[in-house]
Amino acid sequence: MAEFIAYLIAGIATGAIYALAAIGFTLVWQTSQTINFAQGEFVMLPAVLVLLAIKLFGAPVWLGALIGIAAFIAIFGIGFKLAVVDPMIRHGVLPLAIATMALSIIMKEGAKDGFSAEAQNFPSFVPTQTIEVFGAAISLQHLAIIACAFAVIGLLQWFVGGTRLGRQMQATAQNPTVARILGIPVERMVLLTFVINAALAVVASVLISPIYLAKFSNGEVIGLFAFIAAIVGGFNQVRGALVGGLVVGIVDSMAAAYISSSYRLAVPLVLLVVIILLKPEGLMGRREERRV
Amino acid sequence: MKTQWIIATALATALALPASAQDKVKLVDVVELSGAGATAGTNWKNGIDLAVADINAKGGILGKQIEIVHYDTQTNPGNTRAAVQRAIDEGTYAVLGPVFSGPIGASMQIAQRAEIAQLVGGEAAGLTKQGNQFLFRTSLSQTAAMPKIANYLKNTVKAGSVAVVWVNNDFGKGGRDAIIPELEKAGIKVAADVATEQGQADFAADAIKIKNSNADAVFVYLNEEESARFLRAAKQQGITKPMVGETTLLGAKVIELAGEAANGVRGHVGLSIDAPIPAFQEFGKKFQAKYNYASDHNGLKGYMAVYMVKWATEKQKKFDKKGVADTLRGATIKPSDEPGILMETTIEENGDLDRESFLAEVINGKQVINATLPKIRP
Repeated sequence: MAEFIAYLIAGIATGAIYALAAIGFTLVWQTSQTINFAQGEFVMLPAVLVLLAIKLFGAPVWLGALIGIAAFIAIFGIGFKLAVVDPMIRHGVLPLAIATMALSIIMKEGAKDGFSAEAQNFPSFVPTQTIEVFGAAISLQHLAIIACAFAVIGLLQWFVGGTRLGRQMQATAQNPTVARILGIPVERMVLLTFVINAALAVVASVLISPIYLAKFSNGEVIGLFAFIAAIVGGFNQVRGALVGGLVVGIVDSMAAAYISSSYRLAVPLVLLVVIILLKPEGLMGRREERRV
Repeated sequence: MKTQWIIATALATALALPASAQDKVKLVDVVELSGAGATAGTNWKNGIDLAVADINAKGGILGKQIEIVHYDTQTNPGNTRAAVQRAIDEGTYAVLGPVFSGPIGASMQIAQRAEIAQLVGGEAAGLTKQGNQFLFRTSLSQTAAMPKIANYLKNTVKAGSVAVVWVNNDFGKGGRDAIIPELEKAGIKVAADVATEQGQADFAADAIKIKNSNADAVFVYLNEEESARFLRAAKQQGITKPMVGETTLLGAKVIELAGEAANGVRGHVGLSIDAPIPAFQEFGKKFQAKYNYASDHNGLKGYMAVYMVKWATEKQKKFDKKGVADTLRGATIKPSDEPGILMETTIEENGDLDRESFLAEVINGKQVINATLPKIRP
């Protein structure tokens, strides 16, 4: 039982990271029909930028963090929308998706050549200790990841559902034409979504990099699993992305525990296939119909 | 008269070009500068560059300057094959690298067919069991190292059971397949046999599994970055049992990345700048001064690889590609003959090495050598 609890907590912690990235996937899809295949690199790069800022400016950690995070949100929140999405969306969803794949490569190779091909330590704000929970040794870092991620997600839920700006964003996602008629600044709402996506990626990056280390290739697995999580949970529901992230994280942990780490990449893919076959709209997704 | 000067200048230039090219000997390094092998490959490359600079500063090999070229394989076997082929097509005198065992296995037949010596950093036992007369290690093989580790676990650590965690690539699987029989011979039970993936980032579940195995010690056989992540995960899970490994686990990069989690790690070390050998320590100082970080064993391996080529060439007193391999096989290179080899090294007929090695422990973020082990055949 203690063993199972430990695996479960580890899985939830991993799943929380996937959930943050998956929610970002879902948000930008809902508001702008963008499938961001660079989402994994969005989680990888903030840590690299923070370390780069510390190195270049000789800044203390907190200042390097501010500089790196601000740079990331500006470039990959606002800049991504204006420089990649806006020019490409007019050509259709597929060209835009391909553009995000290209962006993924640019980000990865840029981090490798501009920073380092090797893994680098990323400072942790949580002590490396364990606490006893029902006989299981639980890492404080895992608990911190879970707490922070859920706090951020809760904050996002409050913002989207409990504020005027958030409701405008929802309206834009649901029906941009009607939203525009009602006087909602649609373009600004879409831009806000991209900024939120970048911020979510920053949170995921800061939480996971102390464990994974900061490395240019970290985004590959995170991006893949976040995409799986978004589909498993329901691509058109933010809550679905949360559920999907947790499910994928737990499945990943249990696969490593009770099968083998050698198969941990395969099991979530099997889960994905099963979900698509049995419930293509996802666990919490809304079935969408097209009129023909 | 003007025309004559132009003709004379052109002729002199034309003659100079071949002469200039003839003053150099080309070496190509096929190396992991990105991907899972980036840490090992970067050290290897820097070690090679240091050796090349040293040799060229002293006049080169038989009067010829070394021209070194590095090709990044991205730790990909297919890229490695292409890079080795390219190196041969470009007329490399010998092939240096790669470091990772998988890419070595994928590419070594190419150098073999071309009859060009390939000096590699890999340790997988199977590499030198295929009759390839042109493959040469720069490190001890798993076959030589694992008996020493098993003996250490039994007699020093006093472990009755060991959990084995390994990376699922040629290096890791080879190590795992080598250590388990040795543990069984020593009467040590294998409490857990945990496979992980190259490039794996999340080791929480693996650490939990190992903790719950209740082993007396943990044998860790992963690549550099994975070793660091695993040690951190083990610390997060509160594992306090002895962590024992091979050279890689106690490497400088692992110690740097793992931080406090590396303290207490013990193991067998084939090469170390902290070894009680003045030549190693001198190398360490030069490396630090040039690259501003401490070299791990891969830096030493790259450095020694170049000097092996130099020694073989000077032994022949001529540049003969096939002759390099013929000269290296069965040879013993002594520091008194070639200081760049750093320690007496015997090259077996199959390309394996026999030389002294060390037992070490990480204390306060530093690798400390506890004992020196003799050559298998002194």
